[in-house]
Amino acid sequence: MTELLSPDEWQALVLTLEVAARAVGFGLPLAICAAMVLARGDFPGRFVLNTLVQLPLALPSVVVGWLLLLVFGLRGPAGAFLYENFGIRLVFTSTGASLACATMSFPLMVRTLRVTLEAIDPGLIQAAQSLGAGRMDRLFSIVLPMALPGVLVAAIVGFAACLGEFGAVITFAANIPGETQTLPLAVYSALQSPDGEVAAARLSVISLVLAGTGLIGAELVARRFREHIGR
Amino acid sequence: MITVALSHKFPTIELDIAFSAPTPGTTVLFGASGSGKSTALAAIAGLFRTDRVHVSLNEEVLADTGHGVFMPPEQRRIGTVFQDGRLFPHLDVLGNLKYGAKRAQAGGTAHITLPDVVQMLGLEPYLAHRPHTLSGGEKQRVALGRALLSQPRLLLLDEPLTNIDEARRAEIIPYLLNLRRNHALPMVYVTHSMREVSVLADHVVMIGNGFVEASGSLSEVSANPRLAIALRDEAGVVLRMRIIDHDSFRRLTRVQAGPLSLDVPLQAGRNGMVRVKIPAREIILARSQPSAISINNGISGRVRAMHEELDSNIALVQVAVGDNVLLARVTRNAIGRLGLETGAAVIALIKSSSIEVLPGEG
Repeated sequence: MTELLSPDEWQALVLTLEVAARAVGFGLPLAICAAMVLARGDFPGRFVLNTLVQLPLALPSVVVGWLLLLVFGLRGPAGAFLYENFGIRLVFTSTGASLACATMSFPLMVRTLRVTLEAIDPGLIQAAQSLGAGRMDRLFSIVLPMALPGVLVAAIVGFAACLGEFGAVITFAANIPGETQTLPLAVYSALQSPDGEVAAARLSVISLVLAGTGLIGAELVARRFREHIGR
Repeated sequence: MITVALSHKFPTIELDIAFSAPTPGTTVLFGASGSGKSTALAAIAGLFRTDRVHVSLNEEVLADTGHGVFMPPEQRRIGTVFQDGRLFPHLDVLGNLKYGAKRAQAGGTAHITLPDVVQMLGLEPYLAHRPHTLSGGEKQRVALGRALLSQPRLLLLDEPLTNIDEARRAEIIPYLLNLRRNHALPMVYVTHSMREVSVLADHVVMIGNGFVEASGSLSEVSANPRLAIALRDEAGVVLRMRIIDHDSFRRLTRVQAGPLSLDVPLQAGRNGMVRVKIPAREIILARSQPSAISINNGISGRVRAMHEELDSNIALVQVAVGDNVLLARVTRNAIGRLGLETGAAVIALIKSSSIEVLPGEG
């Protein structure tokens, strides 16, 4: 593998995977919470929450990156707080790249999870209840296990979206090789240099393989589970 | 004693249901689909919150909207067997059974163990199977076992046999009878099948259009003329009677309840109490005991009440024999001809072969 890819390409690939894994690791639990709240039906503020969650899907990613700068930049409210109290700096760091990716993939993960959660027969929840299972018990013994394929698919879809995120990352975390230069950013940089066509093509092939593997994986997981529970 | 009072306004129907029934014992809520039976059951379980509700079980109040009391379903220790089984698809049969057992709280009416349930319901061959591979009858057996293992103090069954084909139903009923006999577990059973009422009920609550039309012991309600009208040919009193004697030569068995004794088809090998159904349409009324007649049973009684069906030539006559009441379905014309009136002495003629002795113990 190391002979196949140049050190720079290798670095971009590993960084991309790291950034995406961290983004999904932090984003998925939050997405599960958001999806569960949204799937529970009507409550005051549902409309606002739903809009907020879906917003990154409709906004240009550059705008999302800029909004993140406003909030998490060193002079932004959240960014200043994190830096002054914990010494955490998000802008121009790979953690920041993960934040940008997580924000962009969040609505996709929530959507996938909602479909799964809403497909769970409420009758099964009632059955669990009548057998003595309390709220948290039902969540861990019925809801999450039944939603597991959806959670896996959401993770894979979210991960795949992170691999391809460009606008938000370059705006919020900039294009620093070895720190924030993920594959799409590396492809962009290669295309900017006079004879980077070959490099760009190689990086693109890497992206293609990654994306294909992820999507086929998601499909296999979903199919496997449907067979498992006989649907 | 279980006491239920609820009212609820649905877009299409308004429910106002109140009844109480003895525990232990099997109470059957009987009525047409959409009459409110299942809603009453869900209110007892706490799975559906009606506009107003009061539920108490053995003096403990489980829900009372008047005083803001609502015990969550998971704390009520009331097991439910749903019409559609509702087995957890991500668990195998054993996992489903254990789900109830793991969450069981102490203090159920009768402690039931996993091996008991597996043996009683014949689940051994299916333990490793997934729910979707089971037949309807097998699913309901698992659902019943799962509910029992949660050690409930009350078991609710919502038309558990409706989605099962006729042949398989006969397979489940013995388990329910066994449960009544060997475990003093109170049950509330919802059905629209008179057959299930006759075999399973100790107490019957007849529900129609959101109201309780009749509530009482099985023999009382089965002699109710309003029920009889709705049941038409299926109408008939169900009595608990004691087996006195088998006459294998005449191929008849003698059963008795108070002063009422009947010859019924031979019940070889059965003893003790049985349930006997006497179809209303099979009873012939006479003013005096006929002499030369093929009928074995000529029962002397008195007319207790008469009920004439509107827009029909049919009348229902209740005949009191001691504490028991028989119900005869005759023509209005016959009533006039015989000069029947309340209190009149009458002979009820019943063919032995028309009397049905139900499965299980009385």
